[in-house]
Amino acid sequence: MIEVRNLTKRFGNKVAVDHLSFSVNPGQVTGFLGPNGAGKSTTMRLILGLDHATSGSATIFGKHYADLANPLRTVGALLEAKSVHGGRSARNHLLFLAQSQGLPARRVDEMLDLVGLRDVAGKRARSYSLGMSQRLGVAAALLGDPHVLLLDEPVNGLDPEGVLWIRNLMKHLASQGKTVLVSSHLMNEMAVTADHLVVIGRGRLIAAAPTAEVVARGSGQSVRVRTPDADRLTALITDAGGSVIPGSNGGPGGDPGDKTPMLTVTGLPAARIGQLAASSAIVLHELTPQLATLEDAFLELTSDSLEFGHRSADVPAQTIDGSVR
Amino acid sequence: MSATGATAEVAPAVAQQGRPAGFGYILLAEWTKIRSVRSTVWSLVIYVIVTLGLSALLTWATVHAVQTGRTPRNTDVLADPSAVILHTGLLLGQLAIAVLGVLVMTTEYSTGVIRASLLAVPKRLRVLVAKCIVFAVLIFVVSEIISFCTFFIGAAIVHPVTVVSLNQPDVTRAVIGTGLYLTVLGLFALAIGALIRHTAGGIAIVIGLVLVVGPLLGLLDPYGWGKHVHSWFPTTAGGFITSVQPEDFQTLSPWQGFGVFCGWTALLLVIGGYLLRRRDA
Repeated sequence: MIEVRNLTKRFGNKVAVDHLSFSVNPGQVTGFLGPNGAGKSTTMRLILGLDHATSGSATIFGKHYADLANPLRTVGALLEAKSVHGGRSARNHLLFLAQSQGLPARRVDEMLDLVGLRDVAGKRARSYSLGMSQRLGVAAALLGDPHVLLLDEPVNGLDPEGVLWIRNLMKHLASQGKTVLVSSHLMNEMAVTADHLVVIGRGRLIAAAPTAEVVARGSGQSVRVRTPDADRLTALITDAGGSVIPGSNGGPGGDPGDKTPMLTVTGLPAARIGQLAASSAIVLHELTPQLATLEDAFLELTSDSLEFGHRSADVPAQTIDGSVR
Repeated sequence: MSATGATAEVAPAVAQQGRPAGFGYILLAEWTKIRSVRSTVWSLVIYVIVTLGLSALLTWATVHAVQTGRTPRNTDVLADPSAVILHTGLLLGQLAIAVLGVLVMTTEYSTGVIRASLLAVPKRLRVLVAKCIVFAVLIFVVSEIISFCTFFIGAAIVHPVTVVSLNQPDVTRAVIGTGLYLTVLGLFALAIGALIRHTAGGIAIVIGLVLVVGPLLGLLDPYGWGKHVHSWFPTTAGGFITSVQPEDFQTLSPWQGFGVFCGWTALLLVIGGYLLRRRDA
């Protein structure tokens, strides 16, 4: 359980994190999404007490990180920046971390087995490939069997096998009731991994909602309709509370030979439009719900971070789900 | 397990986690860190070889010069043999200790381990204090052993021309003092590493202070105020404890000088600790 309240971090004149508030709940993977430079890493470093907040607070189970007894037993973190001495072996790196928490040395071998580094555990860390380094980072994060995990861009630079491994690991940990916060600038990765999303841009909260909801909200789901009787259908849809953009190019997918007029309808689901058409015996050539991808939603959400930042600051409770107040 | 159920079960477990692992565990972790990198081993090997080698070689050369009559018999080696024995090796050997002191702190930053260290022990002063204790004990043990070895080897080499033994006044103090000086010098360098956080800069500053600034202060008026400035300079003051016979300009007793050196070091460590807490890691 992570609570971020009005968190602000300034570096000189630059505001990296700007009155950010959100919470991360146990039992699910929460994606922390934003363009590069949005303040994701800084937020994570603030939660972990590596950076000092200018104002606001970040707590884990109600405590500041520095006040946790044996923090690695409560929180595991995989930071994007390197945090291993290249001249030290994986075993010794994990050993000193285990010792600092009063954990038995046996725990180190368990972690080495878990991440598959047992055979190279005695080698110096600088000889490791990116994937091996990332596995060592995961071993360090899981060393204390923590309840909370923070992973900063964990799949960056990993091969597909490594990406799958991290993805399954996060889902597995969440299914055990752990709190998992994972940052990424890759929307597609989050779409298949995260149950819940926290989207930030320029240090401000843009959205915090279940992944499906963010997708739905993003480009305001629309329906593409082709009908020879465009005028009558437009009138019906408008009466029913939808809005119609006539003649817009529907993009690929339609029948290119079909010259019937095309409408883009928003505000009504496809089923309701079909119902309206049927009730007035209007022929439809096409009725296609336009599902936004997470990528579309994300690009639209972050295209003007300032505008959305204001919106979320003004009415967060209405637009965002219950966990953000 | 539902999300709410998980919260209810996990939260009390965290609350029960109780008191942190004792300070002994942090000391153990710092010991693992310092022994598991090659820079520690290499610095100490260089210190041992340079100190024993140079001391034996130069002491032998001096004795040989006296024996063959090329040097008047009232030269330094006869007046203060312990100085020849202890200081010839110390001059360069101390640099290995100083470099190691800087490295112990700055490699945390250059490699990023500082992040892992502070995540494990977020009460940052505990990390610094544990590091100082582990490093000081290591340097003290090694440098005392090497100081006594240096002395006994040197005493055997000068035996044909003069006698020097631990029974003579202040000689034991100078031999033990050489180890004490190196221990505090290591901490002094560690403190500068904590302030500078960059390896090259830290090493340049420490070596500059030891080999350049200290001796340069000797050019100040040695019979007026200059001798006070020179005597109170950290590494110069600390060095008094390694000598049997006081320097011309020396205004402090050996133990006073050592106290001054400890004071400077403590001051830098306090500033380093303050900055460690305040700065973003």
